[in-house]
Amino acid sequence: MTEHSDIDHVSGRATTGHEWDGIKELNTPLPRWWVITFYLTIVWAIGYWIVYPAWPLLWSHTTGIWNYSTRAEVATELANLEKIRGDKMVALGAASLEEIEKNPALLALARARGKTVFGDNCAPCHGSGGAGAKGYPNLNDDEWLWGGSLDQIMQTIQFGARSGHQKAHEGAMLAFGKDGVLKKDEIVTVANYVRSLSGLPTAAGYNAAAGATIFADNCASCHGENGKGNQELGAPDLTDKIWLYGSDEATLIETISNGRAGVMPAWVGRLDPSTIKALTVYVHSLGGGK
Amino acid sequence: MSFWSRHQIFEKNSIILVAGILVVIAIGGLVEITPLFYLKSTIEKVDGVRPYTPLELAGRNVYVREGCYLCHSQMVRPLRDEIERYGHYSLAAESMYDHPFQWGSKRTGPDLARVGGKYSDEWHVTHLNNPRAIVPQSVMPGYAFLSQTEVDEASVADHLRANRAVGVPYTDDQVANAVADLKAQADPDNAGVDAFAKRYPKAVTRNFDAKGGAPTEMDALVAYLQMLGTLVDFKLYNEKANLR
Repeated sequence: MTEHSDIDHVSGRATTGHEWDGIKELNTPLPRWWVITFYLTIVWAIGYWIVYPAWPLLWSHTTGIWNYSTRAEVATELANLEKIRGDKMVALGAASLEEIEKNPALLALARARGKTVFGDNCAPCHGSGGAGAKGYPNLNDDEWLWGGSLDQIMQTIQFGARSGHQKAHEGAMLAFGKDGVLKKDEIVTVANYVRSLSGLPTAAGYNAAAGATIFADNCASCHGENGKGNQELGAPDLTDKIWLYGSDEATLIETISNGRAGVMPAWVGRLDPSTIKALTVYVHSLGGGK
Repeated sequence: MSFWSRHQIFEKNSIILVAGILVVIAIGGLVEITPLFYLKSTIEKVDGVRPYTPLELAGRNVYVREGCYLCHSQMVRPLRDEIERYGHYSLAAESMYDHPFQWGSKRTGPDLARVGGKYSDEWHVTHLNNPRAIVPQSVMPGYAFLSQTEVDEASVADHLRANRAVGVPYTDDQVANAVADLKAQADPDNAGVDAFAKRYPKAVTRNFDAKGGAPTEMDALVAYLQMLGTLVDFKLYNEKANLR
């Protein structure tokens, strides 16, 4: 193999002829199986070029005799998925929400599908169990900002709240402090009045009669005379123990001063109609559905 | 010297070896990279993809600077499960103004290619300030300082120019008004909103961080996140013509 052919006496192999301080380097050839595998991979690549898209040309590229396309394949896979889900998903899309509730098979399907989609899309705000967070409503309780019937829930999921969609829920808590409608001490008074509505203790020296007047003049138009709320406007019930942003005096003062306008995105377009129905049924089943 | 021993010339002479490696890699580059620049099928023909607004570009710079791409990809692959979770697979056209692209290669967090419009601005701000305030199981670090840091206005126009130098079609008008547009997009009451809307049709104007004053890096990053994946209207997209 080399002109410096020199045999190492211990191993009986040829050396490269190099020598460093009396140490010689063996010239061990690559194992035969390795070399054969290496050449086979080259042959394999040629086969690959023939059947798959491979070589760029001047105006296009070779498409390969199998006509393989990633995008066509995923389209086929999605069509197969549709087939696997089959008539049931079609039935889900065609049925009304009430019909789904009455049909045990459809209901089970809707809840299973709804649960998966909820995890992917709703859980970041409403929590993986729908328990919500500050500013993001709890979906397990009985209080609903925009209504808890099947139709109302579907409306909210489809178009959201203050989402920019033209059919979105639009009402928002006004900024009574920032807009100069109420003075600082009036806000403190009415905040304490709001606390008293749900039986929370009020601050010392708080004037209940003044609070009731401010509430009647400014808040009652949306939250109702008794503070029971109004789902048409998304105004929450102030008499229960459920608070979206918090019930302590400081939070209430912040809410009344700067207003609140939480946004729920519109899901129509992002999720298909049968999925939105499934999600509606799932959310309705979480505990508070009316 | 037999033919099979000729490789010794490369192995025993490092300069020749380096030259040989360069030649081989250059051939690979010519065959694999060059065609992407002239083949018409590389980038799909779609409507709606526009260059980033100055605010979005500033947000994108924050995204790159903070290394978001190390945990978040921006590439919905054409695989069934990814489409089910994230929406339509990403198109090359959607990142044609990205220099460099943010496709990423790791998902510690979810893919962000279609995150635009999925959550509210308030959610993004809360989540960026302290992810665990709202997603208890999150391992993402907090970026609360973004709300305190104003966007560096002095470099905004330069970023547009740099992008133009590598092929993004910013007009002279857009470059000249970069700072005005930056401020207008983050403040719906700004006098420059109409001029901004003319230069960047369909771009959204909002006070993204809900704070007054000059645009912060939080404004910029949320503006960027909220437009990701929203430019192409897939109802008008020709699926058949773009099979690859």
